[in-house]
Amino acid sequence: MSSTGPGAEVVLRLDRISKSFGALKANDAVSLTLRRGEVVALLGENGAGKTTLMNILFGHYLADDGGVEVFGQPLPPGKPKAALAAGVGMVHQHFTLAGNLTVLENIRLGTDALWSRGHGGARAKVERLSRDFGLAVHPDAKVGRLSVGERQRVEILKALYRDARILILDEPTAVLTPQESEALFATLRKATALGLSVIFISHKLHEVMAIADRCVVLRHGRVVGEVDTHATDKGQLAALMVGGELSLPRAEARVAGEVLMQLDRASTPDRGTVPGLRSVSLALRAGQITGLAGVSGNGQAALAEIIAGLALPASGSISLRGVPVARWTPGEALAQGVARIPEDRHHQGSIADFDLTENAVLESYRSRFSRRGWMNWRAAREFAQGIIRAYDVRCPGPETRIRLLSGGNMQKLILGRAMASDPVVILANQPVRGLDVGAIAYVQSQLIAARDRGAAVILVSEDLDEIIGLSDVIHVMSQGRLSPAFVRGTMTAAELGLWMAGQKFEGADAA
Amino acid sequence: MRLEPVANPSAARRLGLPALALVATLGVAMGLALLAGANPLAVLGQIATGALGSKLAILETLNRATPLIFTGLAVAVAFRAKLWNIGAEAQLYAGAILAVVLGTGVLGSPWVLPVSALAAMLAGAALLLGPVLLKTRLGVDEVVTTLLLNFIMLLFVSYLLEGPMKDPMGMGWPKSPALIPEARLPRIVEGLRLHWGFALAIIAAVVVWVIQTRTTLGFEIRAVGQNPEAARFAGMPVNAVLVKTALLSGGLAALAGWSEVAGLKGHLSSDLSPGFGYTGIIVAMLALLHPLGVIVTAIFVAGIFVGSDAMSRAAGVPTYIADMLMATALLFMVLAILLTRVRVVRG
Repeated sequence: MSSTGPGAEVVLRLDRISKSFGALKANDAVSLTLRRGEVVALLGENGAGKTTLMNILFGHYLADDGGVEVFGQPLPPGKPKAALAAGVGMVHQHFTLAGNLTVLENIRLGTDALWSRGHGGARAKVERLSRDFGLAVHPDAKVGRLSVGERQRVEILKALYRDARILILDEPTAVLTPQESEALFATLRKATALGLSVIFISHKLHEVMAIADRCVVLRHGRVVGEVDTHATDKGQLAALMVGGELSLPRAEARVAGEVLMQLDRASTPDRGTVPGLRSVSLALRAGQITGLAGVSGNGQAALAEIIAGLALPASGSISLRGVPVARWTPGEALAQGVARIPEDRHHQGSIADFDLTENAVLESYRSRFSRRGWMNWRAAREFAQGIIRAYDVRCPGPETRIRLLSGGNMQKLILGRAMASDPVVILANQPVRGLDVGAIAYVQSQLIAARDRGAAVILVSEDLDEIIGLSDVIHVMSQGRLSPAFVRGTMTAAELGLWMAGQKFEGADAA
Repeated sequence: MRLEPVANPSAARRLGLPALALVATLGVAMGLALLAGANPLAVLGQIATGALGSKLAILETLNRATPLIFTGLAVAVAFRAKLWNIGAEAQLYAGAILAVVLGTGVLGSPWVLPVSALAAMLAGAALLLGPVLLKTRLGVDEVVTTLLLNFIMLLFVSYLLEGPMKDPMGMGWPKSPALIPEARLPRIVEGLRLHWGFALAIIAAVVVWVIQTRTTLGFEIRAVGQNPEAARFAGMPVNAVLVKTALLSGGLAALAGWSEVAGLKGHLSSDLSPGFGYTGIIVAMLALLHPLGVIVTAIFVAGIFVGSDAMSRAAGVPTYIADMLMATALLFMVLAILLTRVRVVRG
């Protein structure tokens, strides 16, 4: 093991990198070394400076100070092509693939000349890489039809195809299921065994513990700790990240109330390879958090759309307090007291170039902030200020365009907006995805508080820990089918995993 | 070379770049004048005096700006909702036809002016209703449908002027009969050749501005334009908002034709509009879709056209220079707008 580990050759050295955006010091003399065959985790809350640092390494930003060395050679600043040529490959959190092209075409895009016709050599190389690294994906599949996990594999293959020796993964598991994450880790272990080095950006502590050799923790743009993973624990890392001991809220079990929303044998058509709902019956009760677990793309989106008012089931019904709904639109859902925290806060939950006031009243401008078609902007702005204060939205003021906010602060505004209407049913679709530890705890505690006030909360999440920690009742979705309700504490993660994989459904169908 | 987003463009960036675009446009104008064998500075000077050099010139410019304010507003309103109305030209003629139909004796004072204005707006709105319904119901691209309606409408006007609407006293010219005096828009100040259409255009711009900033409809139009998915998720009736936007836009464009007939020409002919509908797009884009900005850019564009006419007579440079100036101004302005939001980085 002399070629990897602590004594191994240093492949990447970031030396006292500093970068300011106006008054904000995004990076303050950050140093980091990466050795051959090593996984280094870069940990930090949103806004800690992780992405800025990687953008400097990759030449997207120019550092104010400091330098980058790859394989002992200084990297010219501000040149992404130089980083690529030096063997640094980056897999972004938001993929940069063309959906209408095939896997092979995407991999070759930007690397091979446009006019090179045959795919022969490239295909052989991709197939070899795909085998060596355990990245199963069909080279001729259209990327638009692939699952998120498969798309990520394409991104990694793309980097490997360019002969990357250093892989940077930005929040790679944020969009993955536990199983897909496991597969990713297996790939990373193979990669390091073959002498590649990995920088793993994350704020999921258990994953960092599982995959990384070393952890570099950033806070407010500075390195606040560098620890070997085998010499630390999650508690210490979390404390380093947020600067204090933090515990995730855990909901207490409680007695459920009346059924507030009910789906009865709801079915929807399939969408391409994504299954629709298969006769799903679900009751959401007052004072209860219903967790909806499952691998992404198993019908959760279709179910969430129905609850949110975006669609009616093709067959079956949805009723509120026992009354079947006939007319069902987002506006109608809001009027009936259904609050929604959408899965995609950037495209569905907010309007990027609108300010916080406008985003705050997006759902209630008709009912609460206008009279006979005239907007009452003064009241709207006071409302927004109220949310900003009550939900601790960090921003310069209500006139700030929401695009300038971090994900956590954006989510707090959306949460405040949803809660302001005193909802009876709350759809929380991946409410903490991509948020930092502090924001996660806050959002989750608000969901628990809403439940305690008697709301029926449905929590859709791919994070099993989150589901188990918060839910009073858990359902699992697989291939558009819904499992029976499991009361909290009666199921282990492993058993739920079997339901997620669909095996238990076959047993239940046969019985 | 790559583009890097600028998070918070400075005031210098937001104002300086459009100013630079104007300077660059003037540079191109001088180059063109040089190509035409004239003294560039003299040509610019003649355009300026032709547009603003005398009371008569200023009034002529404002008269020319009137239909451009209306069509510019029509485009600005629609584009704000990302409804690409390229058919202001057709809607303009719809308004003009109604001005003639109701203004040649069917109605008398005092009803003829308000009724024909309202009817013109309804006709323009109706003309855009088809394309917007095709868009919301069937997903038909409104760029194509509204653009093609322009040609259909122009042919329809030719038919009317050769047939049912032909002036029997017109010596065979394809023009409509003249409006009765009660159907004509009076001049704002007696003796000055500027009609009330200009004042109405200013009022319309203020009304549109108030709608956009103070009303729920304006809020909806902006939301639908920025992010229809989020608007729909928030419970906004996206399709209904698009239809309302279309009605407003079509109505505004129709007022351009109505005011040209009722205020300026007094009759309809097929050369009523030298492309006011299309120039409205330039006017709206130069104003960054701001309704009050439309007033300024419409006067600017009108001044270029009026000034170029005068310059052409004096210096012998073809008036086509005005069209080329418009085109380069638009291109530079679009570039300036892009560069306020992104900067070019080498590497």
